[in-house]
Amino acid sequence: MLKAFAAAPCLLVVRPADATPEELAASLRETFGDRPIQRGKVKLDLPRLAESGNVVPVTITVDSPMTERDYVKSVHLFAEKNNLPRVLEVQLGPHNGKAVVSSRVRLAITQQVLAVAVLSDNSLWSAAAEIEVTVSSCA
Amino acid sequence: MSRMGKARVRVPERAVKGEIVEIRTMVDHPHESGFRHDNMGRPVPRHIVESFTCRYNGREIFRAKLHPAVSTNPYFMFYAVATESGEMVFTWTDDQGGVATQTARIEVQG
Repeated sequence: MLKAFAAAPCLLVVRPADATPEELAASLRETFGDRPIQRGKVKLDLPRLAESGNVVPVTITVDSPMTERDYVKSVHLFAEKNNLPRVLEVQLGPHNGKAVVSSRVRLAITQQVLAVAVLSDNSLWSAAAEIEVTVSSCA
Repeated sequence: MSRMGKARVRVPERAVKGEIVEIRTMVDHPHESGFRHDNMGRPVPRHIVESFTCRYNGREIFRAKLHPAVSTNPYFMFYAVATESGEMVFTWTDDQGGVATQTARIEVQG
């Protein structure tokens, strides 16, 4: 399965290999409008170096008490240089107890990954992380 | 045609009321991004899991919207507060109408 991935080249004819920072900005604007996104409260864990961009483990942790009055409504993950910067959107609530989500994602090339959390007061918080990708993924 | 496969979930069998439990899930699915060529050089069409939800005694406690950049065999780990004994129902839906479901029982004491 992994060999097949490595052997098959990415589809580059339809779109350029990577999104531009403008495309990430457009995705952020579509999702959050013009609301300010502050740095902080969010922790984004992913390896600094990924040998394969096909399966990159990622964990997003938001500093929140997760009570009925103060909780995380959603978390959004973006990869600025993937064909499509949007990666994942997750809805959470006080019933989760902890605002922690892990998954595995594809990263096209070395780039910055961004996680944004929407809190119950509608404020937006974020964290970014740089990751170096040795073998790219068609994402 | 959908290639939705087997779904696996890990939920603790027992918990104390109010305990925050860890839930792990994975579904067998190619989750084709649509940005790949096959070995003959033909584009491989997009075929992705679009949504994943977890309902705990009927109440939705987790919902994810997946884009092509989620890896093959989509995996999630998240938490839930154990409030009462009952059933968690996990549902994956792909872009070709494929649906996979899995259930897990949790006994909550105290």
